[in-house]
Amino acid sequence: MPALTSRDHGSRHRELQDFAERPAMTKTSPDAAVVLKLDGITKRFGALTANGDVSLSLRKGEILALLGENGAGKTTLMNILFGHYVADEGTVEVLTEDGSLTELDPGSPHAALNAGIGMVHQHFTLAENLTALENILLGTEPLLALKSGRARARERLSDLMTGSGLIVDLDARISTLSVGEKQRVEILKALYRNARVLVLDEPTAVLTPQESDTLFATLKKLAADGLGIIFISHKLDEVIAASHRVAVLRGGRKVADQPTEGCDKRQLAELMVGKTVPESTRDSQVPGAARLILSSVTTGAGRDALHSVDLELLSGEILGIAGVSGNGQGTLAKVISGLLPPSSGTIALDGEVLTSADARRMIDTGIARIPEDRHKDGIVGPMSVAENLAIETIRKPQNQRFGFLRFEAIARRAKDAIVAYDIRCQGDKAPARLLSGGNIQKIVLARTLDASPSVVLAAQPSRGLDVGATSDVHRRLLEARARGAGVILISEDLDELLRLSDRIAVMHRGNLSQPDKTETLDRATLGLRMAGQSKEQAA
Amino acid sequence: MIRFEPREPSSLPRLILIPVAAAIVALALAAIPMLFAGLSVFNAYGLMLTGAFGSVFAFTEMLTRAAPLILTGLAAALAFRAKLWNIGAEGQLYAGALAAVAIGSGMIDAPSIVLIPLVVFCGALAGGVMMLGPTLLKTRLGVDEVVTTLLLNFIILLFVQMMLEGPMKDPMGMGWPQSEPMLDEAMLPKLMARMRIHGGLIIAFIAAIGIHILLKRTVWGFEIRAVGENANAARHAGIPVTATFIRVGLFSGALAGLAGVGEVAGLKGYLTADLSPGFGYSGIVVAMLAGLSPLGVVIAALFIASIFVGADSMSRATGVSNYLADLIVSMALICVLISGLFLRFKVRFVGAKSTEGVSK
Repeated sequence: MPALTSRDHGSRHRELQDFAERPAMTKTSPDAAVVLKLDGITKRFGALTANGDVSLSLRKGEILALLGENGAGKTTLMNILFGHYVADEGTVEVLTEDGSLTELDPGSPHAALNAGIGMVHQHFTLAENLTALENILLGTEPLLALKSGRARARERLSDLMTGSGLIVDLDARISTLSVGEKQRVEILKALYRNARVLVLDEPTAVLTPQESDTLFATLKKLAADGLGIIFISHKLDEVIAASHRVAVLRGGRKVADQPTEGCDKRQLAELMVGKTVPESTRDSQVPGAARLILSSVTTGAGRDALHSVDLELLSGEILGIAGVSGNGQGTLAKVISGLLPPSSGTIALDGEVLTSADARRMIDTGIARIPEDRHKDGIVGPMSVAENLAIETIRKPQNQRFGFLRFEAIARRAKDAIVAYDIRCQGDKAPARLLSGGNIQKIVLARTLDASPSVVLAAQPSRGLDVGATSDVHRRLLEARARGAGVILISEDLDELLRLSDRIAVMHRGNLSQPDKTETLDRATLGLRMAGQSKEQAA
Repeated sequence: MIRFEPREPSSLPRLILIPVAAAIVALALAAIPMLFAGLSVFNAYGLMLTGAFGSVFAFTEMLTRAAPLILTGLAAALAFRAKLWNIGAEGQLYAGALAAVAIGSGMIDAPSIVLIPLVVFCGALAGGVMMLGPTLLKTRLGVDEVVTTLLLNFIILLFVQMMLEGPMKDPMGMGWPQSEPMLDEAMLPKLMARMRIHGGLIIAFIAAIGIHILLKRTVWGFEIRAVGENANAARHAGIPVTATFIRVGLFSGALAGLAGVGEVAGLKGYLTADLSPGFGYSGIVVAMLAGLSPLGVVIAALFIASIFVGADSMSRATGVSNYLADLIVSMALICVLISGLFLRFKVRFVGAKSTEGVSK
């Protein structure tokens, strides 16, 4: 988010409060026309049944939340709807203009688009080097035309934007837009194509709480105007806050389909996971001496630069770092990971100066690092689970002798880690890329936490993970804290920060605020600080 | 309509079957121009087969041709495994040959037991050093190594020509641009009497096994694979990415340099500017055919060598140009590249349904 200018402070603030008050959802009339009907959808991939006899229907003006853990079959179902996959059994029916339900041609995204189904994927499908307008028009313009008709398109879009509140700069290149703005472009793209059904796959996975709130406010408005909306999620709070009806998938089957009103979090969590999930909480614990000290660290360029950051991490505490994405948290993580040296300032761990240390040195000194993007920075996909578990210590005598790998030792330790950390995989020789996000994170946790590090840097450790995996990550971080390690938790999930952290500092435009005890903070205060208001102003 | 569906990781039989199928398809496709040239296809392929395997002489000729291809194939395979795109094996081969001739043609007088290892080492070193510049430019400044290694080929070849016309020209060469001959003590031993097959083949086999062990069983190999498959994660996990690239560059260049050593110190005995008929470039084809597997490189090099040698022989018998060999090799490469698609995806033919593709 680059543009938290003073102009939109006010509106954001209001939205935050709106969200906090959670206004009652307007009910959809039960006799509104059904716009979409999935009937008996079954899809198998080899031995795995991704969807088993799933039926769903969506009414006009309704927001349906599709809830389920990672791997429950939510995305598969929506990909069938959108024609990316063909179902082995079952049909998809869509309301046509003449008011009847017609079967949608399977396996054709084209047919889905023409039938008014718009999809916003988790990973956006926008051309970065084109403008917002060009992206929206892409594929809707005839190849050969004497005039581009862009003036008319612009007019229609400005109507759409004022009607929906999805304001974007149409002439800005996508690469210059924030994640939230890109998502708005995606939704506009669907609306421009006359979508009657809008599907959003994990729309908040990449958004900050504030952006999520704005998104749901918009979705409610769009639904009130008659759009049918399905959003995929595994976050219980937003499902309860933003949907009319919730359908829960577990292991590819629909286990519940009920009005959201009257559902509570615990009940939904149990439906989703199939068992009760213990929520880790932090016991009170007196933190020890300072371990990791950053003083006036400055580095990087542009939006993500750090400006004279001071940080003092105590032993036995979790220090939360909140902030809107792209305000320097990524750079801070890189500096502590040893991937980017500070251009000025110093880093020291237990008195040992680590200012110009590289990744190897950081690991050896006892800093465990959990990268933000676990697929890109955490694992080497084609290499085996065992190799990924050994990668940080491959030069240690436990893993090699005279430069030759000790396969038995590596495999034995991998098998132990697979049991100890409950890594679900087809054995230690399976390529790591076949694992789910949660299990990949367990690999990272196993290899970084196994050496009893004195500092743990966890960057967005639960992003994109389901309830079960998230609770696992939290448990591990709390264990490290109980052992006396200092934990830095960089997160955009305020609930996670408030629950786990002893102290929370806020990053804004590369500046890190002084941390405050969590007991003295709440969501609204943090939200304001994330938007750049200083403590005095907020008080 | 054709659909591509991603596959689970490929099983070993499929990994072997697909290159073999690609080779067969390539031979079938190359039959078409043969028919146009008025040849009997079976006759022509029969001649090629005899030309490569029909006699002890044919077979040793094929092996002689395979030796440099194995080495340049390994050079490409090793570098490509780390995603270091070394297209400069041709130049590195010449650098190795030049160093071998410089050392071995009278600069040092020593018995074979000293001189041969020295010549081999210096040739490898010269090839490796050629990769140092491109690798450092890549790691320090982000310069594309495809461009630098490719262009370096021409620079090195021109440098070799300059040396052969000037300082290293053989005074007894009757004006031909060729180097002084290697000393007998510096020549690699012949493997069979009256045949051209030489010790370079042994070096190639040892190198293939060595690189196989390096990649599979050593820390360096682990680091090379990690850097090649995901350099970001490797860097994050504390693997020295720059050092790994430099190491791979040196090894890769050295392997190509060894190919040059074999050609001058095993086969020709002196250096000319037409020492290599493009072994460096063919090495890339070999590596791709082998799926970047060091042991696969040996098999792929034998295949390519038999095509080349067989086609030469067929060409002499029928009068059809031996460019046919280039055609078959290129076809095989294209087929393997396409077959890579089949390794990664399942292809399903779906009956076209009534979706008339209305333009979006």
